[in-house]
Amino acid sequence: MAEFKMPSLGADMAEGVLLGWLKKPGDAVRKGEIIAEVETDKGVIQVESFAAGTIDRLLVEPGTATPVGAPLAIIREDGGGGAKPAPAKPAVPPSARRPAADQGEKSDRMRRAIAASMEHSKREIPHYYVSETIDMKAAMDWLSEHNAALPVAERLIYGALLLKGVALALRDYPELNASWKDGRAVLFPSIHVGAAIALRPSGLVAPALKNADKQSLSELMLNFKGLVERAKSESLRASELSDATVTVTSLGERGAESAFAVIVPPQSAIVGFGRIIEKPWVVDGHVVARPLVTATLAGDHRVSDAHRGGLFLRAVSRLLRNPAAL
Amino acid sequence: MTPSPAADFLRRMLRIRIFERKAAELYSAGKIRGFLHLYDGQEAIAVGSFRALRPEDAVVANYREHAHAIERGVAPRRVMAELLGKTSGVSRGRGGSMHLFDAATHFYGGFAIVAEGLPVAAGLALARRMTRQPGLVACYFGDGATDEGEFHETMNLAALWNLPLLFLCENNFYAMGTALSRRQARTDIALKAGAYGMPAEAVDGQDVFAVAEATRRAAEAVRRGEGPRFIEFRTYRFRAHSMYDPELYRSREEVEKARVRDPIALLAGRLRRGGTLDDAAYAAMEREVEAEVDEAANFAAGEPVESVEDLLKDVVGGRPS
Amino acid sequence: MKYREAVRAGLREALRSDPRVFLMGEDVGRYGGSYACSLGLLEEFGPERVRDTPLCESTFVGAGIGAALGGLRPIVEVMTVNFSLLALDQIVNIAAALRHMSAGQFGVPLVIRMATGAGRQVAAQHSHSFEGWYAHIPGIKVASPATVADARGMLLAALREPDPTVIFEHALLYPMEGGPLPDGAAVDLRSAAVRREGRDVSLLAFGGSLWKALAAAETLSRDGVEAEVVDLRVLRPLDDATILASVRKTRRAVVVDEGWRSFGLSAEIAARIMERAFHELEAPVARVCGAEAPVPYPKHLEDAALPQPDSIAAAALATIGRSPALAHG
Repeated sequence: MAEFKMPSLGADMAEGVLLGWLKKPGDAVRKGEIIAEVETDKGVIQVESFAAGTIDRLLVEPGTATPVGAPLAIIREDGGGGAKPAPAKPAVPPSARRPAADQGEKSDRMRRAIAASMEHSKREIPHYYVSETIDMKAAMDWLSEHNAALPVAERLIYGALLLKGVALALRDYPELNASWKDGRAVLFPSIHVGAAIALRPSGLVAPALKNADKQSLSELMLNFKGLVERAKSESLRASELSDATVTVTSLGERGAESAFAVIVPPQSAIVGFGRIIEKPWVVDGHVVARPLVTATLAGDHRVSDAHRGGLFLRAVSRLLRNPAAL
Repeated sequence: MTPSPAADFLRRMLRIRIFERKAAELYSAGKIRGFLHLYDGQEAIAVGSFRALRPEDAVVANYREHAHAIERGVAPRRVMAELLGKTSGVSRGRGGSMHLFDAATHFYGGFAIVAEGLPVAAGLALARRMTRQPGLVACYFGDGATDEGEFHETMNLAALWNLPLLFLCENNFYAMGTALSRRQARTDIALKAGAYGMPAEAVDGQDVFAVAEATRRAAEAVRRGEGPRFIEFRTYRFRAHSMYDPELYRSREEVEKARVRDPIALLAGRLRRGGTLDDAAYAAMEREVEAEVDEAANFAAGEPVESVEDLLKDVVGGRPS
Repeated sequence: MKYREAVRAGLREALRSDPRVFLMGEDVGRYGGSYACSLGLLEEFGPERVRDTPLCESTFVGAGIGAALGGLRPIVEVMTVNFSLLALDQIVNIAAALRHMSAGQFGVPLVIRMATGAGRQVAAQHSHSFEGWYAHIPGIKVASPATVADARGMLLAALREPDPTVIFEHALLYPMEGGPLPDGAAVDLRSAAVRREGRDVSLLAFGGSLWKALAAAETLSRDGVEAEVVDLRVLRPLDDATILASVRKTRRAVVVDEGWRSFGLSAEIAARIMERAFHELEAPVARVCGAEAPVPYPKHLEDAALPQPDSIAAAALATIGRSPALAHG
């Protein structure tokens, strides 16, 4: 019998959180095979077994913080000499091989976490809502002109403009980039915009684009893409998940017309964007067809008021109507 | 019975892979500390290229050099002892993983600031030429080193002075977490050698035979006095840059795709198809190598560490010579 | 004989007597050396042994390390200390560390020469004095010859060392006339030298500042103050015995360093005196150092930025409770 222990994944690591098992009791394990995922300060690290044999027992539940060196599982070793030839073909990626039950369990965990946070938000935070319809013609025109000259990989999506618009407008409305703490509003020193990303089959994360107001559109785009990739491969850093100071949720092209969202504690504002729809719009006294988007703001009424919230949305609108300045 | 060259290659690569797996295990258990840069995926380069070197040659390498030391002829137990910081380690345990030095085999393994070994290699080559000693200098470095000024300066110096120097670039396409394509405007490293008037080629670093053959040809040219030669081995590192990192800079799919060209599996497959290797023979080889590595680890575990009284020993040499 | 001729004499003797020795650096060959120290040596010894390099400080210093490891005795000239910053990794991380890091397997018998110091109106980037930085590093030796005898003798001594030796030649000294060279008397790389005896205060100086300290001692002597002037000569290893013997005699010390005061060589020397001779001191150790600013181009500002005989004398008088004005009054 061999103990599979919480590995030391760096000299400064005292404990790690076992995120999930890629094996269950009875499964065979090869030397060097990845059998678990552990979260450290640096991120999620896949951990291999140095023993070969069969998983006898799993000793630690996913989600448990465990000190380095503590046993996590018991492996029944083969009779020593039973080494098999190295596989000529590569091992199947663990993420693809992950049993359905395990995937489901992970998803359940995330659901429970979202539930707890949203329950807390709606119970504690008195939300107010304001909305504003924004003419996106200038933004869309600017975008197609900007993208025309660029290779596909570097093109911007309109979501980047929305994120930047919100980040810039927040500079003038710091009370929306704040938190209600111990009976008073505390302003965040930086603007870290959480971008809500939906995960399959069910789940949602809003990792932070740090200092979004100071990033260029192309940096923002690149970083946003990185967040999406890492969110899908479940390799976001813990800090990315906790550092947002405000959240933006954009329903995208297949979403509803508008989104009235729930604030993510400890933040005090969330901005929702519906899908862009061509609609009649009055310009200079004439009715014309224009791509419009509805922006909504849910604000924490303890920290800010709807009047200021409305002004903030107007500021976002102004910025989006003058995209070259973003 | 002498093993065939191919079986010898396989065994050597397997020995490095299993040696380093043991090192990873000891790191995970907290027995090895500091940085530990593993060679997983690049084994064909050390194994293939060292066949072209002779005892009088000098070898300069960097901080990912366990394989180079072992292939140079340093006993695995002395490398393992070094990783564990023991006095029977190749550098008395003072250097650890990144600083393997062995005077007996002219092995200058551990230059651990990227690219700093290249100028030293040029100096060693200069000394060989000026003193008319036989032998060349084989200088190993990664693609990261080719970002640095010292790479370009040394390429120039070696060509300018016609030094007996073999540049062996192990391009695994990442400098820590930054991909080559995100660091260099032109990613064809072998082409850069051309700028210094040096013959160069890019070689499949996963094919141990290709590595051995290219190195043999280049080394012969250097030995004939034709000046420096450059080989870019294209390879891939399957594990993290150092134990451990979460590999946020590349996707799992990319690593899995690269693993299809695992140098050990490639060679084993080739031997199987040729009928000279079967499962039983492979398993037997693996068992023997595991036993050798276990012996090295057990030996190292039992060795003493250096006395604190010797902390200041060898900061400077003895009396003037 | 001039200082630069003494350096050249040392180079010539070394090249003649030891086939392992060669000189390498920027413009050491055809140009004759930036400070004319190697003038004529290319003709005498040929381009293999008087080797012009490309402009790549890090790489030719590294090549010097490699050549030393390969059995040669290279003398690498890094034109000035200012340019040596480009080679610091090679010097600090390899040359100085290799013997210890390889557990005694590989020593680096390399000599690195460089011009140092200010005073020639070459402004901020070409006027550094980093002797203290180098002396900070275990594994190397640091020499600062101030006389023609030492300019030759310390070079020859450095070539006998098993470890890297960095020799600082103050740029103002090259044209200095220093009289005939003494006959082949061996110079060591271990000891400081008392250049003037005195009983009232010790002036501890090296390199270009030695001559300023001697000028200050002359002035002080006219005021009835007898200063002892110690030429530190070797900055690593520092000759504590000579320094402490002088300070125990005079009970007062002034450390002179062209380098910046903060965290510098003068601080180290003052600390050593405090640690080992605290109760014998009559006054706090005084320091006269370079002003804490980049060295400016105009002559009057540059003069003001550097230790001068007047400021050294004033500091010495202060240690005995006298001000310069009173001294002259």
